[in-house]
Amino acid sequence: MSERPARLRVALLQTKPAKGQYARNLAEAGEAFAQLAADPPDLIVLPEAALTGYFLEGAVYDLALPAARFAHDLARTWTEAGGERVDIAAGFFENDAGTYYNSGIYVEVDGGRERIAHVHRKMFLPTYGVFDEERFLSRGHKLGVFETRFGTMAILVCEDSCHAIVPTIAAIKGARILIVPSASPGRGIECDGELESIVRWREMLRVAAIEHGVYIIYAGLTGFEGGKGMTGSSSVIDPFGHILVQAPAAEACIVRADLDLREVDLARAGLPLLGDLHGALGDLLLDDELPLPQKRYDAPNR
Amino acid sequence: MTLPIVERLAAAPAPPGIDPAVTTEWLVAFLRDELLERRGITRAVLGLSGGVDSAVTAFLCARALGPENVYAIRMPYKTSHPSSLRDAQLVVDALAISCRTIEISDAVDGYLQFEPDAGARRRGNVMARTRMVVLFDQSAKLDALPIGTGNKTERLLGYFTWHADDTPPVNPIGDLFKSQIWELARYLGVPQRLIEKAPTADLQADQTDEADLGISYARADAILEQLLVGYSDAQLVDRGFAAGEIALVRGRVDSTHWKRHLPTTAMLSNTAINEFYLRPVDY
Repeated sequence: MSERPARLRVALLQTKPAKGQYARNLAEAGEAFAQLAADPPDLIVLPEAALTGYFLEGAVYDLALPAARFAHDLARTWTEAGGERVDIAAGFFENDAGTYYNSGIYVEVDGGRERIAHVHRKMFLPTYGVFDEERFLSRGHKLGVFETRFGTMAILVCEDSCHAIVPTIAAIKGARILIVPSASPGRGIECDGELESIVRWREMLRVAAIEHGVYIIYAGLTGFEGGKGMTGSSSVIDPFGHILVQAPAAEACIVRADLDLREVDLARAGLPLLGDLHGALGDLLLDDELPLPQKRYDAPNR
Repeated sequence: MTLPIVERLAAAPAPPGIDPAVTTEWLVAFLRDELLERRGITRAVLGLSGGVDSAVTAFLCARALGPENVYAIRMPYKTSHPSSLRDAQLVVDALAISCRTIEISDAVDGYLQFEPDAGARRRGNVMARTRMVVLFDQSAKLDALPIGTGNKTERLLGYFTWHADDTPPVNPIGDLFKSQIWELARYLGVPQRLIEKAPTADLQADQTDEADLGISYARADAILEQLLVGYSDAQLVDRGFAAGEIALVRGRVDSTHWKRHLPTTAMLSNTAINEFYLRPVDY
């Protein structure tokens, strides 16, 4: 259809940030960038809260940044590490003129300049059990997809991807690659070989990849935060549901994978569930028994 | 034709299980992160009682930090059972960790001589708190972080001395039920005698935990696991537990929430610490 590259070389930077030490963590990301710049990928993906740590409580207001500043920091760090053209996706806490979000950004870097292709504000803020996001953050109101030189993508931050309807809508809107920055505290030891929360994540993501024929790039935060260990396990899942690569849970590392983007078409041809959904979507969503608002309501920052 | 039947039969209540290899890997990573990376402290110090909890903790610390960086302190009182010292020595010998014995009898009796009427509970609390004084002073002397050895069962049942056993800033086993501790101990190679002996606080002669609590750990753990998830008493009865044992466990949990919190502070402002002013422990 287009002259888009058939391959995408992706590198996942599974960060283990020192809590709240943004400058130090950015410098450490720079060291990893220098390691990558020798054989540069097309796309680098970092986890949720990649350079601050996840459980910040009230300190999120000290550490949240405007998207433009975060994008510039990433681009400058990549360029200073010797990198040239690259796209970077990363999770960060966003300060939008005093409203705070848990966001994922997609930045195109070229020749020392950056362009923000997309900012997704996390829509599902876990506020139960160990999680307390909505006490400190506002939720995003729109699931957008965006164009890149590698095709249409969407960013789903952590719990966004756990609701089956979210990957579904992203795929319906044209996304062929889902980027999932995540921070998942590990739990469940009555298992066989892996923490139960790691298994659960992998199963959910595989189902989404298979159902919609999408690549899923999952970047997981690692390291312990006040006894809560983030499970890393950064992975790439192909549109058939195969795990192409998966990082260990408890250590910082770089994960690399080469994606054949033509696989999306092949997977969808073999299992055309997404195409079938197009035909039935209206019937499903216009069902008047669904608890949906009857009128479009005003919400800020749509 | 008779069709085959595939069914899941209700199973008898069982204590919570554990994958000991996964758990060990996770807890070793936790200890390394907490001590080496976050605090820059290379050494750990812990009270080694001769029981399975502190033994498991010592084994985990030795894996995480190397046995040369683990300092065990045995702190007997004059009424402590002599076998406790010997059992602790089995751990020291198995791991080749450093060990020192510091008698607490003089310190405890130095205070209790003024309180001749103190009963067993008060005397036990004084002993536990004296041990914590020793442990923290040894921490300062050795430049080593005190490591907690309290398990989830005793934390939930309130079977510990507040601001004593629960005081160390880092505890690798506090989210493990006693039943899981035993399984982990077998995996780690803790000497068999410590796994098989009856758990005891060793504050009084012939004391055992299960006699004090009035229920076995296996039974208490099975109830606790489901109680914490939210099962009602009626559901627990349906699952094969007796009303009396459910009441015993729930009663202990419900009467000891305060022991699992910091002291209650009167709130007077919009910046009350841990109410409005919220910063994570590792910030």
